[in-house]
Amino acid sequence: MPTFVYMTKCDGCGKCVDICPSDIMHIDPVYRRALNIEPNFCWECYSCVKECPQNAIDVRGYADFAPLGHSVRVLREPEKGMVSWKIRYRDGRLKEFAFPIRTTPWGSIKGPSMYDAPDQKAFSSQLLAHEPEALKVDSLPSLPSGEKKQV
Amino acid sequence: MGLFASRRTRVVDSDVLIIGGGFGGCGAAYESRYWGRNLRIVVVEKANIERSGAVAHGLSAINCYMGMQWGENQPEDFVRYARGDLLGLVREDLLFDIARHVDATVHKFEEWGLPIMKDPKTGHYQREGRWQIMIHGESYKPIVAEAARKSATEIINRVMVTHLLMDRTKPNRVAGAVGFDVRDGTFYVFKAKAVIVTAGGASHIFRPRSIGEGAGRTWYSPWSTASAYSLLIQAGAKMIQMENRIVLTRFKDGYGPVGAWFLLLKTYATNAYGEKYEASRFDEIKGLVGKYAEIKPMPTCLRNHAMLQEMKAGKGPIYMHTQESLDTKEKEEIGWEDFLDMTIDQAVVWASQNIDPREKPSELIASEPYVMGSHATCSGAWASGPEDFAPSDYQWGYNRMTTVEGVFGAGDTIGGSAHKFSSGSFTEGRIAGKSAVRYISDIADSPPQTDDAEIEKLKDAIFKPLENYDVGRNEIVAGTVSPSYILPIHGLQRLEKIMDEYAGGVSTFYITNEPMLNRGLELIGMLREDLDHVGAESLHQLQRTWELNHRVWAAESVVRHTLFRQETRWPGYYYRGDHPKLNDDDWHVFASSQFDPKTGVWHMEKLPVHHLIS
Repeated sequence: MPTFVYMTKCDGCGKCVDICPSDIMHIDPVYRRALNIEPNFCWECYSCVKECPQNAIDVRGYADFAPLGHSVRVLREPEKGMVSWKIRYRDGRLKEFAFPIRTTPWGSIKGPSMYDAPDQKAFSSQLLAHEPEALKVDSLPSLPSGEKKQV
Repeated sequence: MGLFASRRTRVVDSDVLIIGGGFGGCGAAYESRYWGRNLRIVVVEKANIERSGAVAHGLSAINCYMGMQWGENQPEDFVRYARGDLLGLVREDLLFDIARHVDATVHKFEEWGLPIMKDPKTGHYQREGRWQIMIHGESYKPIVAEAARKSATEIINRVMVTHLLMDRTKPNRVAGAVGFDVRDGTFYVFKAKAVIVTAGGASHIFRPRSIGEGAGRTWYSPWSTASAYSLLIQAGAKMIQMENRIVLTRFKDGYGPVGAWFLLLKTYATNAYGEKYEASRFDEIKGLVGKYAEIKPMPTCLRNHAMLQEMKAGKGPIYMHTQESLDTKEKEEIGWEDFLDMTIDQAVVWASQNIDPREKPSELIASEPYVMGSHATCSGAWASGPEDFAPSDYQWGYNRMTTVEGVFGAGDTIGGSAHKFSSGSFTEGRIAGKSAVRYISDIADSPPQTDDAEIEKLKDAIFKPLENYDVGRNEIVAGTVSPSYILPIHGLQRLEKIMDEYAGGVSTFYITNEPMLNRGLELIGMLREDLDHVGAESLHQLQRTWELNHRVWAAESVVRHTLFRQETRWPGYYYRGDHPKLNDDDWHVFASSQFDPKTGVWHMEKLPVHHLIS
């Protein structure tokens, strides 16, 4: 179905509904649990799978080309800054991987208002925020005004 | 007024309105706040910015980074590369502008917490290829979304913008936008002094190769529904390169990326008989495109072309020989993370088909075409260039302003600036954000005014599909077949069939010609009429209805542009069977279109390609 939801695990919290970029995770009005209402608009992006607090959502590869018996499971742990994957092949082989996802605490980004307000000279120049320092070169490159070349 | 006259309306006042919270939109939010400390900056997104846009599930590489601090590349080098890849037709001013700023963007991403891989010997960022750096990018979007949330006055999730609003006091000037909440059906009216369109390009205007469940597994996200184009076209903006659709060579069905394999792992591709085919087809390619065949690296479209010719000659499947390059555990992890960070489905395909890339090769395929502005392609709006060096006919006041006053753009919206990818789209959003703030300070004395009559008219139109369904539904017992309405999926499937069969989709091996395009236009015209008779059963289907509407507008533009350009500029992306060769004498120009909202007439013209870098 691409994503699907296990009846016995889902508690209908709606976090998948809130995160799905395709607006296809909805709450079933009878069962009060989540379901994928449009599998053919599912990108298998796993946003809902990663978000589900009950681990109730899984993926069964697109029926057009994915034979049964596989699974690709994920555990995303934002507080640890890690994502872990377990891949089970149709023939039973297993592969496991873990990768970092962030090097700083969540919520730690300094917003643009926390920097000193720029002056009028910078405002009327071509410089963007934090330049030229953030470029790590002396100055912002430019080209001769309006000059055209033959190639 | 119909059944829904009592619908709730919310009016949102803003200075800067940013439509679409992907990378372009997040960059626009950050920069407009940096320069406009007291402005009301609103981001409106049809999904949730935490995971929206084409980078929703992450990325494994940043594909646009100069490395000026280490002397790796200069902006001029990037312009030459992108120009070559697009066979000469790019906006060099816009490309140079992105390249000169993009390193600062990437340095910020790292400071914010994005894990960027380092070369253990040099300490520099780990290069995948000349322009690409490797990242652990599962949370790339959530990190960038956090920066946007700290910038905007308000972020409005789950509201789809359907139309721009025009100023009633001054022609050709924007005054805001309208849309609806896809959860509760609230009608939204956004009043704005400047609008930055950072919505998505177009998947699903051509019929995808997988048409069952797998239709969702398009290469480009299914939620990229051409809003970047339709909003601008209907407002009368000048568009360029809409014929420059892109076809991607990717792992078959899963559409997993090939960049890390080709560039970093040095994997190679052959036909089914083990023959490396690119070199042997060089003379034939040179016959089609002349001097452009000699560009190094070989342009993306020409590599597609070589592969397609092999397949037509009956030498498929084409194989990527992954088994030759995964000789260490480290390389195996790179190969898998490449998918797990950004195209998880490719891992699903391998697991389900018992393909271990260490043991056997994997099939490659050329995808269905897509229309977008940020990859190896550059469809989009004609935009004003950087004030310090753009040629005079490339600028009219504000960097990244379109030909509609007050409408700015970034990412897929802006035409002519290919190879932006994630970092370049965010950077272009920053450029547009600062420009919009400058524009607002200049028009402080004469802010735009919305037109209540226009708003009421749009409100009726937006919700009409719900009424179409409610009324028509009573005619039939049950099911999906009605004589008075079609469902959004019906309209989408018709559009995809028209584009596939007449405008150069996979079923004709990407070939089209003037009679086919004219027939396609005729059928699109009828589909456009039928858009007034789409029935939406729910708010979700109402979203699908407006996504379809946006796709149809973009598709018509693609067909008109393809018809106008009488040459085959980018073999491997599409072919004009009646004009099979590249023709630099007549077509070293941009094809441009402008839809007149008053008369409904499309005006086509050629616009000059200026070269600023030797």
